[in-house]
Parts: sequence; C-alpha cells; structure tokens
Amino acid sequence: MYEALPVPYGLVRFGVAPDHPEVKNVIHKFASIAEDARFRFVGNVNIGRDLQFAELKPHYDAIVLSYGAQEDQHLGIPGEESIKNVFSARAFVGWYNGSPEYRNLNPDLTSSDTAVVVGQGNVALDVARTLLSPVDDIARTDITSHAVEALRKSKIKHVHLIGRRGPLQAAFTAKELREMIALPDTKLNIDLNLVHSQIKADAEALAKDRPRRRLMELLIKGATKTFSEEPSKSWTLQFLRSPVELVPHPETNALKAVLLEKNTLQGSPQSPKAVGTGQIEELSTGLLLRSIGYRSVPFRGVPFDSRKGLIPNVKGRVSDEKDSASGLYVSGWLKRGPTGVITATMYDAIETATSIVEDVQAGNLKSQVASKGSDGFESLKDLLKERGANPISFKDWESIDKAEITAGEAKGKPREKIVDVQSMLKIVAAGRAE
Amino acid sequence: HTEIVKPKPGEGLKVNYVTPEGERITVLANEGDNLLDLAHAYDVDLEGACEGSLACSTCHVIVEDKYYDMLEEPSDEENDMLDLAFGLTETSRLGCQVCMTKELDGITVKLPSATRNMQVDKER
Ligand SMILES: Cc1cc2nc3c(=O)[nH]c(=O)nc-3n(C[C@H](O)[C@H](O)[C@H](O)COP(=O)(O)OP(=O)(O)OC[C@H]3O[C@@H](n4cnc5c(N)ncnc54)[C@H](O)[C@@H]3O)c2cc1C
Ligand code: FES
Repeated sequence: MYEALPVPYGLVRFGVAPDHPEVKNVIHKFASIAEDARFRFVGNVNIGRDLQFAELKPHYDAIVLSYGAQEDQHLGIPGEESIKNVFSARAFVGWYNGSPEYRNLNPDLTSSDTAVVVGQGNVALDVARTLLSPVDDIARTDITSHAVEALRKSKIKHVHLIGRRGPLQAAFTAKELREMIALPDTKLNIDLNLVHSQIKADAEALAKDRPRRRLMELLIKGATKTFSEEPSKSWTLQFLRSPVELVPHPETNALKAVLLEKNTLQGSPQSPKAVGTGQIEELSTGLLLRSIGYRSVPFRGVPFDSRKGLIPNVKGRVSDEKDSASGLYVSGWLKRGPTGVITATMYDAIETATSIVEDVQAGNLKSQVASKGSDGFESLKDLLKERGANPISFKDWESIDKAEITAGEAKGKPREKIVDVQSMLKIVAAGRAE
Repeated sequence: HTEIVKPKPGEGLKVNYVTPEGERITVLANEGDNLLDLAHAYDVDLEGACEGSLACSTCHVIVEDKYYDMLEEPSDEENDMLDLAFGLTETSRLGCQVCMTKELDGITVKLPSATRNMQVDKER
C-alpha cells in the first residue's frame, strides 16, 4: 500500500471530526490488517511525484487505485480566490485535524462574530460544530493544539450554512443534526414555514422515505427547542440561497460580506433545480468556508470521468474499452465519487476485492510480474533511493503513533498529532536507530 | 467490546446467523451477549467498524419477524445509523445493540447481502 504521507488512514485521520473518536475505531481493524505478513505499507511515497504510475505498474500483477479525492470544488464567484479568510472546508478541516498541507492556514476567527459555510452536508456540520462547541470539550479530543489555541480566542458566535435548494435536499444526516441540536447555548434558526410547506408538498414521497422523514422531524424539533436563557450562539440553515459574490474590506482585503441570490425550486419534487430569482441579499461575515464537495484528480495513463469525478469502473474493475483485463482496480471515493461514509466505502471495497478474487480464479489476471522477474516493492527500492525518497514502513509509523500518543497524554488528549512531515521523519529516524 | 465466554455445549441460548449465501450458522450465547460480539467470538463475518459505539452501520442484521417484535424499540441514535444502512428493511437492527435474553433463545438473523461472506467454509 503506497501512501503519499508518512502516516496511514487518509480521511479517517484528516477528515473525520476530532469529536467523533468512535468513528475512528475502524483504525484498529486497519491496523490488524497491517499485521498480516502479506501486507506492506510504503508511506511517504507519492505516486506521480516520487514514482510515476507507469513505473509502478509493471511491478505488480494487479493495482487498486484508492487515492481518494485530493481537491475540492470551487464556487466560481468573484472574490473567491483573492479575498482573505475564504477557505475550502477541506483546508479548514485539514488545519484542525493536523494535515501537513494546511498546518499554516491560520484562519482569522477574531475579526467577526459570524462565519458562513457554503454547503449543507455533514462536513459543513462538522465545521459548524467545531466552531460552536465549548472549547474545553474540543480540547480533550485529538484536535491539533494550534486549532485549540485559535478556537479559544475565537469570537465566532453565529454560523450560517447556505444551501441552494430546500430542506428536503439537505445532505446532512440525523446523527450530525442531532449533535448540532444538542450543542449548549446554541440556537437553530430555520424558516419553519418553508420546512412545513416543503414537507406538505412532498408528503407522498416522504411517507416512503423513512430517513428523510425522521430528518425533517428532527429539524422541526431542533428549531422549536426551548432554552431557559436566551442562547448567546446560533446556527442558521439558510435554504434557497446561492452565493454570487464576495465583498472585501477595501483597505485590508479581508472578507466583509457575501452576496446571496434567492432561489426558487423548479422541476420534479424528487430532484428539483434551484433557479435564481435575481433578488440579492447581503450577509456580513468575516470567514467563509466552502463545503460543496471534494474532487478526485486523474492519474496519467488511467481512464477518468471528469464529469462524475471518478475512475469509470464495473464492480471495481477499471473499465477501458481497449483493455478489459488490465489488472487495474479502483476503490473508495475514487470509485464511487467523493461522497459516502466509511460504511459505503467498505461495501465498495468488498465488491472490488471480490472482483479481484474472481479474476484470479477465472485466470483473467495473468501473473506478468513473475515472468519479468520483478519482486514488487523490493524491485523499486533502488529507484526510490536514487530519487532521495524515504519510504516509511508500518513499523516506522508505529514510532510516530507512539510519539503522538505520549505527547497527547500530557495534555489529556488521545494524541497530539505531529503536523509536519520533517518532524515525523525525525521520529522515524530515532525509532530506527533504537 | 466485551469478551464472550462461550457457554458449555448443551447450555446457553441459541442464535442462528444466516449468511448472504444462505448458510445457517448456529452458535450459543449467554444472556446479555450482543449479536456483534457474539458473531466475532464465533468467526461469523459481521463487520463492526466502530466497535459497537453506534457510529457506523456495518453491523446491520435483519431479524426474523417473530423475534423482531420481542426486541425493545431501537434508540434514536440506533435509528439514526440504521437510516444509513444498506438494504434497510422493516426488521433491520444493528447487531451491536441487540442483547440476548432468555426470550430470544432461537433467534434467527440474516446478514444483508452487501456484506458478502467470503469465507463460507471456515471452521467454527
Ligand atoms: C471532513 C470529513 C469528515 C468525514 N467524517 C466522516 C464520519 O464521521 N463518518 C464516516 O463514516 N465517514 C466520514 N467521512 C468520509 C470518510 O472519510 C470517507 O468515506 C473515506 O475516508 C474515503 O476513503 P478513501 O480511501 O476513498 O479516501 P481517503 O481516506 O482520502 O484516502 C486516500 C489516501 O490516498 C493518499 N493519496 C492521495 N494521492 C496519492 C498519491 N498520488 N500517491 C500516494 N498516495 C496518495 C492520501 O494521502 C490518502 O491517505 C468524512 C469525510 C470528510 C472529508
Ligand atoms: S458496530 Fe458500529 S454501529 Fe454497531
């Protein structure tokens, strides 16, 4: 398993929210797989940078591409790329979760009391919850210390989540909504009339859709929750709005406001389209996070569906008219598109693994490697060395893991993540010397 | 996540797991054992990605009607995760939340077909 970073687990480490440790329990299962003598972790080797895919390919009989979705969707509106304190949720989440790429993001959480998140999925709720939770609770998780420091100073009290369509199209799920409603001292604002009218308009479909029905009930429950004291914080689900422009402070170029266009819904009630009305509202805010989805990038020499943002495949077999049994497979977000929880990627992985086993049993996967005298990673070691790459083994990662857990103990956290690759490699070197 | 102490042959409560391939595996449980830990103790292929903390739905099982009605209502939190389960049915439950009682002796649960059991002939 080749991995660009010295550490394994991808978005389970760098995506899943710090206050969801139970979701990360799946790491134990992954680690037990790593104990199998037939498995090898090759960390700190980026395919495309340290090793070209074309160089890797001849050394394996089969390759599963599972490199996830490394980029994010953009809004494509004026000001998005130039105004300060506008980030992707990917970057913001990476910053608080210790992704080396985003450790220096430095979001300004003090200049305004309002943050805007564009998008209404679970990632948007993760971000809103992190901004609104009592800091002392968050500080006990594996969140990075730099994020805790910034959150302690944060002035943000109101978070608006913008969705271009209505409540029935919101992508978040019940667990995450329930957590938001349970936040202390935090009120949910929604247009209840809109919620009720949408439920009424789509009553027939809702009757058959238990998850959606429960979600709407929960939404109403959350919006009608009573407090003994007026809450000082709030979160607002703004439906039927699309951001059209960002407005900077003229002197500082920091974000001052976002302009939202009101939408109406047209088309089938099952998947209506948001259509702009031309009516514009201004919402003052000092921080904007776009959470409208992740995006996979193509690998040179591998088919890619840029419209769906995934590698075209049939049950995990990369489909290419020219070569149907190419020994290339795909799994994870790269296979299904960048949505879905770990459970979904697990079923996908089982399907892909089943395809491989079937292909081996049917004799479709010819072992080319043995005939060419390659020994997988062993045969690539010298090339990697020549290029100055420093492959990390699973044992090396365990040194990092141990160091993180020890550093966390002192602070009452499950771990303190090491956020830069150089420090990780130092720990690895020390571990190897032992 | 608790260790299961297997009851002696002839004692204990019967639990039948039916794999997606239709194989029936009968195991013996103690009162209080949950269907996930029990499956693991007997190498029945039921996933439990979050280790029983209601943060996934990989331990989804489909309970025989008669026994489903004997179970206590699922909590809101269990229903939240069930809503994300693949192939949700009227009698779906999360295995980690169903604990054995004397009443449930003889219960049959199906493993949904998405979790293909690929080691059907494993020794138990
Ligand atoms: C913010 C966020 C929160 C989430 N929260 C939850 C949750 O609470 N519960 C839940 O069930 N799911 C959650 N998910 C979804 C879950 O993380 C994904 O379903 C799952 O991680 C996808 O797995 P993957 O293997 O496809 O991709 P990833 O986990 O992204 O793994 C891809 C790996 O490939 C590596 N890689 C990329 N390019 C290269 C390259 N060129 N060479 C070598 N290696 C490379 C990356 O470094 C990474 O380690 C969340 C996702 C996000 C984004
Ligand atoms: S094991 Fe995750 S919910 Fe049961």
